[in-house]
Amino acid sequence: MEKEEFTITAYTENHVGLLHRITIIFTKRKVNIESITASESEKEGIHRFTIAVTETEEAVEKIVKQIEKQIEVLKADYYKNKEVVQQEVALYKIPSKSLTNGIEVERIVRQHNARFLTIEKDFLVIEKAGFRRETKALFDDLIPFGINEFVRSGRIAVSREEHGIGEYVQQILSKN
Amino acid sequence: MKIMESQIVTKQNKKINTELIKGAEAVVKILIEEQVEVAFGYPGGAIMPIYDALYDEQDRIQHVLARHEQGAIHAAQGFARVTTKPGVCLATSGPGATNLITGLADAQIDSTPLVCITGQVPSSLLGSDAFQETDVIGISMPVTKWNYQITDANEIPEVLAKAFYIASSGRPGPVLIDITKDAQFQKFDYSYTCFKKIRSYVPKPEIDPSSIEKAASAINYAKRPLILFGQGVILANAEKEFKKLIEKTGIPAAWTILGLSALETDHPLNVGMLGMHGNYGPNLLTNECDVLIAIGMRFDDRVTGNLSKYAKQAKVIHLEIDPAEINKNVKADIPVLGDAKETITHLLKLVKPSSHESWLQRFIDCAKIEQEKVIDKELNPDSETLSMGEVINIINKHTQGDAIIVSDVGQHQMVTCRYSKFSKSKSNITSGGLGTMGFGLPAALGAKLGAPDRTVIAVIGDGGFQMTIQELATIYQTKAKVKVLLLNNEFLGMVRQWQQLFFEKRYSSTEMINPDFQTIVKGYYIPTKKVTERDKLEKAIEEFLNFDGAYFLEVMVGKENNVFPMVPSGAGVSEIRLE
Repeated sequence: MEKEEFTITAYTENHVGLLHRITIIFTKRKVNIESITASESEKEGIHRFTIAVTETEEAVEKIVKQIEKQIEVLKADYYKNKEVVQQEVALYKIPSKSLTNGIEVERIVRQHNARFLTIEKDFLVIEKAGFRRETKALFDDLIPFGINEFVRSGRIAVSREEHGIGEYVQQILSKN
Repeated sequence: MKIMESQIVTKQNKKINTELIKGAEAVVKILIEEQVEVAFGYPGGAIMPIYDALYDEQDRIQHVLARHEQGAIHAAQGFARVTTKPGVCLATSGPGATNLITGLADAQIDSTPLVCITGQVPSSLLGSDAFQETDVIGISMPVTKWNYQITDANEIPEVLAKAFYIASSGRPGPVLIDITKDAQFQKFDYSYTCFKKIRSYVPKPEIDPSSIEKAASAINYAKRPLILFGQGVILANAEKEFKKLIEKTGIPAAWTILGLSALETDHPLNVGMLGMHGNYGPNLLTNECDVLIAIGMRFDDRVTGNLSKYAKQAKVIHLEIDPAEINKNVKADIPVLGDAKETITHLLKLVKPSSHESWLQRFIDCAKIEQEKVIDKELNPDSETLSMGEVINIINKHTQGDAIIVSDVGQHQMVTCRYSKFSKSKSNITSGGLGTMGFGLPAALGAKLGAPDRTVIAVIGDGGFQMTIQELATIYQTKAKVKVLLLNNEFLGMVRQWQQLFFEKRYSSTEMINPDFQTIVKGYYIPTKKVTERDKLEKAIEEFLNFDGAYFLEVMVGKENNVFPMVPSGAGVSEIRLE
């Protein structure tokens, strides 16, 4: 079976140590986590993990079952790329002098649908949300100006279904 | 972090009492509420307040002082396996807690319910590398079903209630609760309610009626069905239903070593042991059956051998409580999720009475071949030296399958599982998944305390014996009438067997130059005997079993005997070797 990109989503309680409990499931199987984010979900008090991996579907399915088996996990599932709407946010810090050298940077930022977050005396910060290839494309275009710092967030994603597994989670919550 | 109010369902539970007491006293009160009568452990600095509270309740909780925390946790496992109640184990912080890890891993892989309570340095010192501080939560996380650190006494009732519920419900497993010393001293307003529900936890998956129908239909149409049963039958307390199922359908049933004793050994449909050193018939015919019905077992690699050559021809029905086990190793054509007692009960209504005589005859024929080529030689050897099998055979003769047999790990374990007879469930206690040498002696002590009216025999090799030999002192101190049978071949026999078969007889570090075990055991004030000759064996075993108290019998057995049959690693189950 071929490896491909998957997004794993888990709705959980917000407990100390749960992140560790989830990551050791990957460590045990020597599967690399490309990115992991955890934040409050649409349901009060319930957290949501979004984990990006490149693996075979069989391996991902087994990992998801192990995640869901953890006591404090309400529900977990996985998606192929075409089944989710996903984004990553990237920040680029470049020297301010690049702005004074003509309108080139402004044009690039507009072209990439990015925006300036701040413009300081010595540096400016550009923000771009999008797919990995889009944030990478802007990165490549900014190289000539000198990139002082670059950072990209983990993937966040919602499913292309009306409710997704949130519906199951709601059922669990309303039963209790 | 505190557990949120909303997670606790108090409706069906009554409040028991309210008073201002210390955290440590609350822990002991909760043990009493949870009907814990025996706890195993070892004191130390960070758990002293709990031991102090135990001092006042010695009449209600027997604390068994092990001689090493690993001994304490294996004893708790033995206790849990015969009672199916959570075994309770106490240890101090740092090294006390890290010594529990092997037992936790063993209990996790063998689904044994445990509640382990460890002391921790005061919360103000967490993260300061204080004396005897270890990140026990981090270390134990991969080997526990759940764990939690308590830093405030107010958390104690809820967290311990959750611990007992999680350990014993669904697929059981070990839970570890780490309690900082300041929380043990802290006074708080105590009240206790048992836990019966956690919103994020589904102990028993809901049964899908269509899965039962599909399974019943496949069973009803099967021409050559084979049942594999594991510990799930015992943990679900489903032995009676299971027996009804095989008797109604006439399907031969084979067991994993943790399933052993769920069905009496002499039952005509019990076709024996699966796996690497299992019986010839069930291994060979796994690859000839048309429907394979796995009940409460997880297709461990020691059972399946090479998966690409495993039961490829068969339609697989998998009755299992843990969704993560479905399709983990063997793809299930018909998964049946649920507690085995419930799923078997449903199945019983839909399966038709049947018999599979010519198919069953295949197992009988295989058993004859195995009898001639392997079993006769093992039970009636023509060599001068004694064999492990003949010792077990004489034990069978005298116990009539009535004893609890606890084995350690290695050749003697395989021989014990292969040849011991059982007439009662929960009677075969062994470290199956983890293969923990040193498990046997302390687990036998725990089993005896859990089932004081039954004969408990620990069968141990000379390697494993020396890994937890200090627990002889615990046996002496508790006066537990444990029978310890040492099968001494002066080798790490199983490793030596592999070296002989697969490493050109290069016996690297497997020969044991042993101490005089008779002298050692006498030092623990336990009566002993050593047998080297066949004509003295039976009388020695009689004395061993009849003695009113703990007894140590050492039998010298052939140094280089091998366990057969054998599915060599990497081979398929039908490539089983008889010699």
